[in-house]
Amino acid sequence: MDWTALWLSLRLAGLTVVVLLPVGIALGRWLAYRDFPGKGLVEALIALPLVLPPTVFGYYLLVAFGAASPVGQFWQAAFGKPLVFTFDGLLLASIIFNLPFAVQPMQRGFEAIPPEVREAAACCGMSPWRSLLRVDLPLAWPGILTAMVLSFAHTLGEFGIVLMVGGSIPGETRTVAIAIYDRVQAFDNAAAAEMSTLLLAISLAAIALTFAFSRRIGRKLG
Amino acid sequence: MIDAPEFLIRLRRGALALAAVSAALVAPARADAPVIAGASDLQFALAEVAAAFKRETGQGVKLSMGSSGNFARQIRQGAPFQMFLSADERYVLDLARDGFTRDEGTLYAVGRIAVIARHGSPLRPDGSLDSLAAALAAGGISRFAIANPEHAPYGKRAEEALRHRGLWEAVRAKLVLGENVSQAAQFATSANTQGGIVAYSLALSPQLVARGTYALIPEEWHSPLRQRMVLLKNAGPVAERFFAYVKEPASRAILRRFGFVPPVDAN
Repeated sequence: MDWTALWLSLRLAGLTVVVLLPVGIALGRWLAYRDFPGKGLVEALIALPLVLPPTVFGYYLLVAFGAASPVGQFWQAAFGKPLVFTFDGLLLASIIFNLPFAVQPMQRGFEAIPPEVREAAACCGMSPWRSLLRVDLPLAWPGILTAMVLSFAHTLGEFGIVLMVGGSIPGETRTVAIAIYDRVQAFDNAAAAEMSTLLLAISLAAIALTFAFSRRIGRKLG
Repeated sequence: MIDAPEFLIRLRRGALALAAVSAALVAPARADAPVIAGASDLQFALAEVAAAFKRETGQGVKLSMGSSGNFARQIRQGAPFQMFLSADERYVLDLARDGFTRDEGTLYAVGRIAVIARHGSPLRPDGSLDSLAAALAAGGISRFAIANPEHAPYGKRAEEALRHRGLWEAVRAKLVLGENVSQAAQFATSANTQGGIVAYSLALSPQLVARGTYALIPEEWHSPLRQRMVLLKNAGPVAERFFAYVKEPASRAILRRFGFVPPVDAN
């Protein structure tokens, strides 16, 4: 078992969830309650990582964030290290790639709140912030938890992008998924089997949790 | 039924927990051992050298193994490696010319290629590749593994040797390409191929000896695998020490055990 890789993957997944939580709530709520021209396009853009081959995404990230790109040069100048082949670059890629996994369940969660409830809250003079804390979040939490679990599990399993923009640098970009690949190449099937079993168990637990939460989405105020 | 005030308390608790978790996650990593990029033919040999280095100096290095061409590309894109051991000196000299390295580095070994087949394969490896020619003619080869010649030096040399022997056209449609020579070796000794051409250093490793048989291919059949290592611009003292250690007799002995020929003109 490559503990460094496991810890790295857990850090990556944890930070992805931490960043995506507010982003997902803001985007999911916005998309759930508002109708505006071009909403379909926004939803399509957010959903794009679901169908885009990770290598295509990785290629564009290399082009956009590489040492030769303006973004890459800005990052290098500001932080003194490159964006690709570093943990920061991996985190950025992971945040973008997990957008649909975070936003869509949250959006469904907010959409399931009956409009009358929110209207009643507004009529009572609740500010949007109070309404979010006292009405929306308490009712949409199964969707939000689903989003967090899915983003976490999906980050642990991401391979193609990590290979493209991360390389396999121990302690920096070698995630568990990459470590499994490396171990197989090194004829170390025992270690690969251990790590694979662990990822299988985590994925299974994540899916089970997601199903449990999604049964609660749409539960009305009793 | 959810009680809103109670939810707020839970939310506050959740936010606190989340803040604590994030603080733990962003905590800076400890002062880290330098990351060394090594060509895949060194998969087992370099691990032994690094272990010996650790025993002697108490200092560790982190190894990342892959194809030399990929590493050269990653170094150009800013990958934070401190030292690069290439299977083909061309990559190192190109990086040196373009200012990515400290100097032109030094030759550390000359590599060889070998044909391998797993135990039970219809292919019986021989250095002249006669059995491969016969098996190809008889239709006994459905898949044959080499590393990707585009960016893996051992794949390129395998192609050269197959061309030299006049087998390239016949074998071409049967090739499976490993991303690097270590993956090619894994393919070549799996039940999914009848064999392959890989680094001699891998064929000599206990992991492969247990899986199959090999035969050395004459070195005149391909351009030499002059392996050069170099310190990169950001190399620290531990990487410098490791660089020097690879040139020492203890490391040379390990490399020799894995079939690497010491360079004659060591520069």
